Amino acid sequence: MAAYFIRRVFGAVLLLLVVSAVTFAIFFLVPRMAGQTMDQLAAQYVGKDANPDTVAAVKKNLGLDQPLYAQYWDFIRQIFVGADYKFGPDVQHCDAPCFGYSFKRHIEVWPEIVSRIPVTFSLAIGAAVIWLISGIATGVVSALKRGSFLDRFFMSVALAGVSLPIFFTGMLALGVLTVQWPIWSDGINYVPFTESPLDWAWNLLVPWCSLAFLYSALYARLTRAGMLETMSEDYIRTARAKGLKESRVVGKHGLRAALTPIVTIFGMDFGLLLGGAVITETVFSFQGMGKYAIKSVQDNDLPIVMGVTLTAAFFIVFCNLLVDLVYAAIDPRVRYS
Amino acid sequence: MKTRKTTLLVATTVVLALGASACGGSKDDEGGKGGKGGSAAADAALTSIVNKSEKKGGTVSFEMSDEPDSLDPGNTYYGWVQNFSRLYGRTLTSFKPAAGKEGLKVVPDLAESLGKPSADAKTWTYTLKKGLKFQDGTPITSKDVKYAVERSNFAPEALSNGPTYFKAHLVGGDKYQGPYKDKNPAGIASIETPDDTTIVFKLKNAFADFDYLATFSQTAPVPRAADKGAEYVKHIVSSGPYKFSSYEEGKGATLVRNENWDAKTDPIRPALPDKITVRFGVKQETVDANLISDNLTVDGAGTGVAPATQPKVLTDPKLKKQTDNPYAGATSYIGLNVNVAPFNNIECRKAVQWGLDKASVQAAAGGDPKGDVASTLIPPSVAGYSKFNLYETAGNKGDEAKAKAALAKCGHPNGFKTNLSARSDRPSEMAMATAVQASLKKIGIEAEIKSFPAGKYFQNFAGNPSYVKANKLGMIMTAWGADWPTGFGFLDQIINGSAIKPSGGNNVQELNDPAINKMLNEGIATTDTAAREKIWGEVDKAVAEGGTAVPLLYRKNLLLRPASATNVTVSEAYLGMYDYLLMGSAK
Repeated sequence: MAAYFIRRVFGAVLLLLVVSAVTFAIFFLVPRMAGQTMDQLAAQYVGKDANPDTVAAVKKNLGLDQPLYAQYWDFIRQIFVGADYKFGPDVQHCDAPCFGYSFKRHIEVWPEIVSRIPVTFSLAIGAAVIWLISGIATGVVSALKRGSFLDRFFMSVALAGVSLPIFFTGMLALGVLTVQWPIWSDGINYVPFTESPLDWAWNLLVPWCSLAFLYSALYARLTRAGMLETMSEDYIRTARAKGLKESRVVGKHGLRAALTPIVTIFGMDFGLLLGGAVITETVFSFQGMGKYAIKSVQDNDLPIVMGVTLTAAFFIVFCNLLVDLVYAAIDPRVRYS
Repeated sequence: MKTRKTTLLVATTVVLALGASACGGSKDDEGGKGGKGGSAAADAALTSIVNKSEKKGGTVSFEMSDEPDSLDPGNTYYGWVQNFSRLYGRTLTSFKPAAGKEGLKVVPDLAESLGKPSADAKTWTYTLKKGLKFQDGTPITSKDVKYAVERSNFAPEALSNGPTYFKAHLVGGDKYQGPYKDKNPAGIASIETPDDTTIVFKLKNAFADFDYLATFSQTAPVPRAADKGAEYVKHIVSSGPYKFSSYEEGKGATLVRNENWDAKTDPIRPALPDKITVRFGVKQETVDANLISDNLTVDGAGTGVAPATQPKVLTDPKLKKQTDNPYAGATSYIGLNVNVAPFNNIECRKAVQWGLDKASVQAAAGGDPKGDVASTLIPPSVAGYSKFNLYETAGNKGDEAKAKAALAKCGHPNGFKTNLSARSDRPSEMAMATAVQASLKKIGIEAEIKSFPAGKYFQNFAGNPSYVKANKLGMIMTAWGADWPTGFGFLDQIINGSAIKPSGGNNVQELNDPAINKMLNEGIATTDTAAREKIWGEVDKAVAEGGTAVPLLYRKNLLLRPASATNVTVSEAYLGMYDYLLMGSAK
């Protein structure tokens, strides 16, 4: 188990390095291959007064006058040892983990990412709880009542959920609940949990439900398919023949086995959301990681793009690692060796 | 049996959970809390102060879809920040917070009076008022103003967002390395501070608009000891009636009263609200909905409601009364590049001028609320505007006969092919370009649309002469708003030969007419305001005679003022947005 864990952690670190190299190449190497010079890149960050002196000053300050490999090495090195910058009268130290300074705003990237994590986590965790409960429960009921009205109804709703994009359901919910029937009459604004847990939950309820609507539909269909397959297995018949209660047959023997693919996909989905629920955050104007990522891509603010990408990749890798470890707990057939 | 009950319970929970996003609990549509609209009519804030009030208290809330380049007064080019920053940064001069044309007047702010120019308009002297203080109670001196100008104009490695007019005009501006590199505390020699209340600017050339430059947020004083360069935005030291109680990069800010601001030194700021909140990055539709439901005082960006909201507010009589449709101080136009054939021939340029159906372009942009058909570059809300139309056609629909005659004179009687550039992520500009293309096709000019991202439009494409020439961008869609509302502030960067840059230039026509350059230089040296403004009209006409720019629209914005907003008036000086210095809130 320990060896397996260490191997996986090592693999995860390697993967993150590859992701960082690929992201760096996409934003620094590809434009260069397409003919863009570092002068042109620097010129994007000098405001309207793009005279050669200004461009040169900005290029030097952003490190764009260095060779590409040196820029990449600096980026990786400063994550572990920090870096010094001069965007004012004095030299400022950026503590590790230092993801550099924003090209556009000349502020440290990492504190900006950290300040947005609570928003994205709040959104992702709440939505995940709702979609797991509703999705799995719906799937189980549909599988057990296969062909019934309830099954058809749930699967129709699930189909709608899968078909309707979040920017539609989110906008609809926002319009209906803040304007048409103003239950959220002051609008929906993120309130930090530490400020008011009640307001935090109240303001997140609609985004949670909007996001969960999409995912619970997917999970309902997955659970239903898994349950139908599992419930027709021989060991289920054996369990029933042994006289076990139906709830135990369904819960312990049926659902547990059907959960494996759900957990796999949940690891991916949840990790992805922790990296930023881009559309949901945009629709509800939440200043989370996803919205930050979009803005930084629009601004061509490369250090932020790199920082957000690596953070998002970390969450995905971390969640998948967790999933691998959870397999053994939920599926007795899985053993680590 | 037990299983069945469990199933039913689970089912009920699931139905509730799945339906939660679509359900609503209220039966009645009360239409929100807004909708009273006050007694004012549509466009009332263009010429008067709506819901006039002197009542102090409450909170003025700002929201906007974008975020600012910076709230640091020394690191911004955004029009709305110039307007907004006056709440926490007083400048040497400012625009009079008043309705209509009165709002274009420059008045003293930190200074006792407007600048005292030398006879040749090369030296400008200001004397600061007595009793001015920063938020920490320390006195504001002329050295703090000098330092603010130095850091904002001479430190592009840290503060690169703002304009650099001071650098361009000050003697030795091209040599001074800025306060972060040049550690000599004396700073640039051409700004003198003989005592704590006097500041003297020495310029290379005569510059009669200097009082307008002094309105820039860059003259808001900054104490040297508090300056952290790019990080100063997190700890801005206020000299105005409000100071920051919180600031979150890219998210928003809260301002509260500055106890060390003395109203006696500041007759132009009523400072009505106790608190000001700002939120960035709110979807435009949400901003609009909040205005309609009266949950918000003002859309800070001041560029008007979203296209989706426009029909809703214009068709609802109650909401329409709450709208104002001012000029945005900007003109959309097509630059015809004189170095790309066949636009090196004036007759080919005239063919476009005569043949273009501007009415169809206006319709494509969104109709009347988005702008009036333009015949000049300078828009009506800028000092120096002179009304004329050298290419007048019936209903602004173009004159095919005159266009074809011009085509014949330019040697292309059957028309020609050219390229028309536009910004791909600006739907309105793309729509206008399509209308231009369709309109010119009727006279035989085939314009192929080339679209580019707005962020790199001037740097890499339309404002990059080598790219323009290599790719034959004969026609360039663009729009321009003045950095300050005078003819020179509007025209200098778009028609002066000296504004042609290797990259990032706005003189997209590459117009370098010695006669026009001379008129601009003579105009800005003319200290008599009326004479100077007359010259701007003449310059505008000279450009029209050359036909290098095809004015399309005087841009307008459809603003919405909620019922609870008080002291609301449009500021022509700040691109037709509401004057944030005056505003209060009944909430």
